[in-house]
Amino acid sequence: MNMMRVEEIETLPRTGLESIQLQRLQRLVHRVYETVAPYRVKMDAAGVKPDDIQSLADLKKLPFTTKDDLRDNYPFGLFTVPMDDVVRVHASSGTTGKPTVVGYTRGDIEMWASVMARALSMAGVTKGDMIHNAYGYGLFTGGLGAHYGAEYLGATVIPVSGGNTKRQITIMRDFGSTVLLATPSYALNLADAMIDVGVHPEELKLRVGIHGAEPWSENMREEVERKLGIRAVDIYGLSEVIGPGVAMECLETDRGMHILEDHFLPEIVDPDTFEPLPYGESGELVFTTLTKEAFPIIRYRTKDLSRLIVEPCKCGRTLVRMEKVTGRTDDMLIIRGVNVFPSQVEHVLMGIKGVEPHYQIEVNREGNLDTMAVLVEVSDQVFSDEVKVLENLTKKIQVEIKDLLGVTCKVKLVEPRTIKRSEGKAQRVIDNRTL
Amino acid sequence: MRVEQIAVFLENKSGRLAEITGILAENEINIRALSVADTADFGILRLIVNKVDLARKVLKENGFTVGKTNVIAVEVPDQAGGLAGVLKTVETEGLNVEYMYAFVNKTGENAVLIFRFDEMDKAIQSLQKAGLTLLSGEQVCAL
Repeated sequence: MNMMRVEEIETLPRTGLESIQLQRLQRLVHRVYETVAPYRVKMDAAGVKPDDIQSLADLKKLPFTTKDDLRDNYPFGLFTVPMDDVVRVHASSGTTGKPTVVGYTRGDIEMWASVMARALSMAGVTKGDMIHNAYGYGLFTGGLGAHYGAEYLGATVIPVSGGNTKRQITIMRDFGSTVLLATPSYALNLADAMIDVGVHPEELKLRVGIHGAEPWSENMREEVERKLGIRAVDIYGLSEVIGPGVAMECLETDRGMHILEDHFLPEIVDPDTFEPLPYGESGELVFTTLTKEAFPIIRYRTKDLSRLIVEPCKCGRTLVRMEKVTGRTDDMLIIRGVNVFPSQVEHVLMGIKGVEPHYQIEVNREGNLDTMAVLVEVSDQVFSDEVKVLENLTKKIQVEIKDLLGVTCKVKLVEPRTIKRSEGKAQRVIDNRTL
Repeated sequence: MRVEQIAVFLENKSGRLAEITGILAENEINIRALSVADTADFGILRLIVNKVDLARKVLKENGFTVGKTNVIAVEVPDQAGGLAGVLKTVETEGLNVEYMYAFVNKTGENAVLIFRFDEMDKAIQSLQKAGLTLLSGEQVCAL
């Protein structure tokens, strides 16, 4: 058994950590001000200069960054280094069709691997482990982010990615996977599929599951733990900040995930006034990256609702913890790990001739998988007396949504005016999942 | 020789057909023929009525999606082989049937076949050339 690693920086007294954070923040602010015009414009408009950041409390003087800023500077406008120095890009879905693009230098990839490795260590993972990485590999940061972290730690990675569930079970049993990295819903899907193929969890060496990329409840955690016979822990990350490895639950915590604070500086702000809130209060989570090179971000509003816990953890780490995300300040949905904005669905519908922008998204959890149905009203323009014409229409909508969002949905044609028009904002989403 | 037909979009939920026929009855619209095409998720009701424009108007007013299309009505003797004869012509002429349905007129002597072809002009020509009796909208409603 290898020793679990707890980095020295994770147990520093708060003042020690904060002085490191301040130094890094000051350096960052100078660099983005000098190299990225959009940041400079916003800081000038707010009347703040890099030298005004004299303490961590001065962070609040800096303007926020939002997904709109990313979209306005699509694709690479917020990068601080020449593209020659960018060795990788990732992307996640944006609100209106354009993806949100992030970039990494070689140094960023190294830093990301190191924070992800530290996150894995928090869950008791060591170089002796066999890591079954079922997060999707590709533009999504989940698969590759976890992969590099596992390799950095020196563990053995099985880059199995998503899908082909039966084969995954065979691999898990035959290779002796000890750690499962997957969305919580996919973990449950694997557990159910194991019953179907007659593999009992006791035949596996699985010890711990690291689950994130979608909201999940304590009930779901109990279900994963019971069905797979493992400890299930929560991981948090987002591509705009880096990807997985921003925060991670340790095995001893009673609540919350440790934020890798020496790299990612968290704040909680009031979702209405955007004023910073003290530790312990619930609000919108905001991150500033302290060490990223290609795509640093200042005060990024995640739209995730959470709370910060500063009291030291039983594990000895002094890193602040964030509570499990309790909701969103916007209408973003997470369907099978993919971010979906209702506006993206609207964008697809508006692009199809004759289709009215009256729609509703119905989200359900069938078994362990999220399903999305898009209800579209049949207007006179798209209606036909021929079945095939209407079936082609639903297929077209389905394909375009899949192309844009990467999510397969069911398209259901409904009679006109059957989707409720509420006063003001229409209710676009019916989420029937009990998370 | 085209007959106007109205088509109504139906979600698969109970009572919709009754509602439509109720609306038509209230407006004294007589249904000569109807068919329902259904899929797992929705249906299309096709109707031939005596007052096409009124039917369309009142159904629209009641919130239905209504379309108007042209179909062809072919009259055949109501006896064994009546339909087979027409379909033989359809096949030899290479006509593509989108859908069809049939009804028998009041006297019971003749049957009327309603066809929707993808090429309506070609179909009319071919069927007439083959000596088949095509009915106009007025004729269908007068049956």
